Parts: sequence; C-alpha cells; structure tokens
Amino acid sequence: MAWQTIAKSIRDWALPPNLADYGRARVAFAWEGARKELDGLPGGQGLNIAHEAVDRHANGPLRDHLAIRWLGKNGEVEDYSYGRLQTLSNQFANALQQLGVNKGDRVYILAGRIPELYVAALGTWKHGGVFCPLFSAFGPEPIRARLTIGHAKVLITTEVLYDRKVKALLPSLPFLDHVVLIGSNHQATNVPNTKDYLRLTENAGDSYTIPPTAPEDAALLHFTSGTTGTPKGAIHVHGAVIAHHITGKLALDFHQQDVFWCTADPGWVTGTSYGIIAPLTNGITSVVDEADFDPERWYGILQSQKVSVWYSAPTAIRMLMKAGSEIVRKYNLDSLRFLSSVGEPLNPEAVVWSKEVFGLPFHDNWWQTETGGIMIANFASMDIRPGSMGRPLPGIEAAIVQKTEDGSIQEISDPDIQGELALRPGWPSMFRAYWGEPERYKKCFAGGYYLTGDLAKRDRDGYFWFVGRKDDVIKTSGHLIGPFEVESALMEHKAVAEAGVIGKPDPMALEIVKAFVVLRKGYEASENLRRELLGFARTRLGAVVAPKEIEFVKSLPRTRSGKIMRRLLKARELGLPEGDTSTLESE
Amino acid sequence: MTKQEIRETVLRVLGQIAPEADLSQIQSNLRIRDQLDIDSMDLLNWVIGLHKELKVDIPESDYPRLATLDGCIDYLASRQELQ
Repeated sequence: MAWQTIAKSIRDWALPPNLADYGRARVAFAWEGARKELDGLPGGQGLNIAHEAVDRHANGPLRDHLAIRWLGKNGEVEDYSYGRLQTLSNQFANALQQLGVNKGDRVYILAGRIPELYVAALGTWKHGGVFCPLFSAFGPEPIRARLTIGHAKVLITTEVLYDRKVKALLPSLPFLDHVVLIGSNHQATNVPNTKDYLRLTENAGDSYTIPPTAPEDAALLHFTSGTTGTPKGAIHVHGAVIAHHITGKLALDFHQQDVFWCTADPGWVTGTSYGIIAPLTNGITSVVDEADFDPERWYGILQSQKVSVWYSAPTAIRMLMKAGSEIVRKYNLDSLRFLSSVGEPLNPEAVVWSKEVFGLPFHDNWWQTETGGIMIANFASMDIRPGSMGRPLPGIEAAIVQKTEDGSIQEISDPDIQGELALRPGWPSMFRAYWGEPERYKKCFAGGYYLTGDLAKRDRDGYFWFVGRKDDVIKTSGHLIGPFEVESALMEHKAVAEAGVIGKPDPMALEIVKAFVVLRKGYEASENLRRELLGFARTRLGAVVAPKEIEFVKSLPRTRSGKIMRRLLKARELGLPEGDTSTLESE
Repeated sequence: MTKQEIRETVLRVLGQIAPEADLSQIQSNLRIRDQLDIDSMDLLNWVIGLHKELKVDIPESDYPRLATLDGCIDYLASRQELQ
C-alpha cells in the first residue's frame, strides 16, 4: 500500500528549521565547519566531550540555565544547571583521580536513569576515562561478558543492582579494581569490598582542569551484538562530539530555548549520544525520566515540562497508539514542535497517526551503535514519505551496495533495488574499533565503504527505505540482541542439547526473541520443563534479552559445516518457502 | 470470583511469564516492576493473560492501576462486578 506523502510548508514550523534547504546544505557542509561550532579545550589543548557539553556553558552566560531536569519514579524533581553539573562532574573526575584511574581506563556504569549516571559520564570524560554504560535490565551473564571484554577498571552501580546482579560475579572479575555503590535517594552505602559514591565525591575537590585531550582519544565503549560470538564493544572518540552536536542541530532541530526529551536509556547508544551529549553541547534543557514507559505518565511529562522536541522509539509509539487518541486529548501538548523516532523502522501507520493526534508527524531516522550519531533522517523541513528513514545528513554519503561475483563491492545506482546500506567512512562519530577485535572491525569495511549489515533500498528521490537485517541479529523493542548470546545461556542448562534463536515478527516490538530447543537424551518435552528453561534464561540474561517463547524441536537445521540455519528456522516459523536447502543437513 | 481467587489467578499468570520469580516474596503494596525483572512486553503479555483468564476488559488507560498486587486485585474485582 502506498502512503501519502506528508507535505510540509512554512505553516508547519513554529521556528524556522536549522536545515531549511537540504540540497544547499549538503553542498555547503564541511566537517571542519561543524568543528568550529565547538570551542575546543582552552589554550588549544584539544577536544573533550565534557568541556563542550558542560564547562563551556558553565563558564558563560548559560551557567544558571537548566541543563537536566530529573524526574524520579516517585515524583521527585531535581534540577541541574550547567553550573551545578560542572561542579558535580569535577568532583567525580577528582574521585577517579583518587582511585588511580588513568587515561584510557574503562569506567563502567550499571544503573537506571539516575542523576549520578549523567554526572559519572561527564566526570569520566573529563578525566580521560572511557565511559561504558550497561543497560540496567541486563541479567548477570550479559553484565559479566561485557565487563570482561572491556576489562573494566571501575564499576559504578547501585546498592540494589550490586546485590542482585554483581556481587556473585566478583570472583570472575579479577581485573576490576573498584566497585563504587550509589545508595537510594543519594544516601551513603556501607557494603564490604565496595566504595561509597557519596563519600568519594563529596570529599573530592570541586575544581578540575581537563587534561589535554586529542580528538582521537577514546571516550566511549558501547556494546552491540553480532550474529555470532561475544558482544562487540564499539569504541568512539572525543572527536565524535562534533557529530553529536551538529546532528542534534540538523536532524533534531535543536533551538536555544528547547526542552528536549530523549526517552532512550543511556545503556543504549541513543540514550548517550542524544540522552546526554547532544542536548548539552547545544546548551538546551534535557528531561530525564527515571520511570518506565507509561502512556499517562508520558503525556503528563510532555505537558508539565513543556517539552518541545521529543525523541522516542517505535515500540513506545506503537504502545501509545494502542492506548488510543482519547487519552491524548486530556493533555495540553502545545509546547511540542518536533517529533523524532529511532531504534527500528517506524511503520507508516504510526507516522500518520502521530500527525493526526499531535498535529505533528514523527520523523524517523536511522543510525546504529557503530555510527555514533544520526546518519539518515527525515528533517523538519522535508516532506515525509511514511515508512522511509529519510535522506543522508549533510556530510554523510550513503549508498546501496552489493557484492559482485569476484567479491568486490559495487554501488547499485538504479533506484528501488535492494542491497546493503553502506556509508563512506570519515564522519567524526564513526566507531574506531571493536575493543580487542581488529579482525572483526576490518570485516566491516570493503570497497571504501562501512557496511552496515542493514538491507535497504533508495528511491529515485534519494529517500532510503529499510528492508531488514542481513544477518540474524534480533531487533526487539529498539534493542539489538545477538542470538548467540541467548543460545549460549540456554545451552548451560543440563537438559539442553542445542538451541537456535530467532527474531519472531511482532506487531508491538518489531520482533520478539524465540528459542528452538533440542533436548538431551533422557529429557522429555513438557510444560514444566519449558517454564524451567524460560526462568533459567531470564535469570541469567534478564527479561529484555531472554526468550519470550521457547519451542521444543527434534533437531535444528544445520549447514554441512555445522552452522545453525536460523533463517530456515525463521522461514518455518512464518510458514514461508524455505528456499535453497541444498547445504542443509537434517530435520 | 473472590479476591483470593483473583489473587491466585494474577500470580499464576505472572508465574507463566516470569517463572523464575519467587512470588511468595512479593510485597503487595509495592510496585511489581520494582520487585521483579519484568519488561514492557512481559507487562503486555500479563495483561493479555489476565483478560483471557478473568474475562475482563482492561483499557490501557487503567494499566497504572495494576502496578501493585493490592491495586491490581482491587481493580480486577471492581471490573468483574461491573461486567
């Protein structure tokens, strides 16, 4: 079905868009120019994310401007001006100094959306550490794997999460020098073998001079998932802040007086690039909500905080749709002026619905952990083709490519032909490595392109359309999940001989994790065993990573070389033709 | 259905979604999500399960009333009376 284009005119803009003329902006754009919108460290000492995000504003007219308004689960409200963030992040940087953290050391944080997380991120960048946020809903196994891969030096977490998920892991983490605990409601903690966040930071000095920082110095470690093997740790550098800043301005249309709400958790890249960095470098106000998704709470926040720019995710938007248009009418959402979405393709129904209900369409955009920032977007000034991810940002060259018979990469220039979405390297927030895995990193590049692993098409007007993943990675509720990580956890159960995990299409979450399990001899498939395995996987992986469905099968389809054919499992699940099965061994 | 029966149904459906949870430890006046590891898809499946078992309609706008075990039981009891 063809959806009608949502045409824009000057009446649609409460403020003139930063990117008014797409064609002209693409021609005129240069990354050196974007760099000039930032200050750099005083005295030409380099480029540091935290200086651009906080110090330069705190030392100027924005000192008392609200940087972050934090909304607690239980109705608490805390305000952090740029000046206050400067003091707190200085204290945290000094605390890291006292702990013996050196430049390049990995500082992990495992916490919900609490103020300390934001302070710790900024303080870590000031001190030259590499900040690695972990999603707080992860179970112990994903946490252990990620701490181990990145050789965490310090882990900041809450007393509650430590007790539930970390304490039992400590013997397997010999490289971890310090665990720092945050108490509930800013209270001090007193737990053996750990340090207390409050005492550490309160006693630390509140002034700090950021040491020289090269734009290529590592700043961020974000984990993402591949089809096979362990999670991949994508490294981003301080220079990435150029892209965070300019994409906030161009793709999210940040203006000086904006109140911005990014609903993503910093455990995923969106929640860091746009939940922490981009709004701060642009000197605007950010809303952070600690609580989980709830339609009435969300509309209440949009109204009470007078949110003007809202960046959310398709699963949440579809849940809002399900909650209905009636609820929306109870709220005054006049402050809203720009809506944006990322995480997985936003279905055209949701775009059209938002235009009807809010009078404003959601603007879908596309990027991934490896790209560090928004690459392809529907801009404020652009007509929207519902279902399309939009067009490449100024400074970004995107193409649809295919592998030729001789193995080289060739661009597909004809419109509407499916291929792999690829980008020309060179933008500042491109990942610089997968931590400790140079071979895996190298494999992402060919023929002068970064290959994204996403399949897409480009229409004759240059709009890109997402088709699917090239590999078996699962996209669920905006999170990427590696099937291998789930299969490995299931295999640890004594009843499981083998496991194959796929993403099963779902109207709400795009996909849900579904596992096919072959039992060892001596075990009978039963409802009890199914529930035992479900609980087993959830305990290890956490609810967000563990399967939602488990099905017992006699055997799994494998290639002659022994690889599980997840595509075939998926085809069967969907009742689709199974395609070429010549390399198949059994069922 | 008595409140006790509703309570048993609520916990049984929860147990199907999160079999690892020790439901005897749940404090009835605290938010379920703060006590168990449950994501938004689990919540949705839980509400669908309650709808099937108890034959009551649960409009999305009432979801916040399901946050604690006590609140959930009171709410479902009142819905049953209505229908």
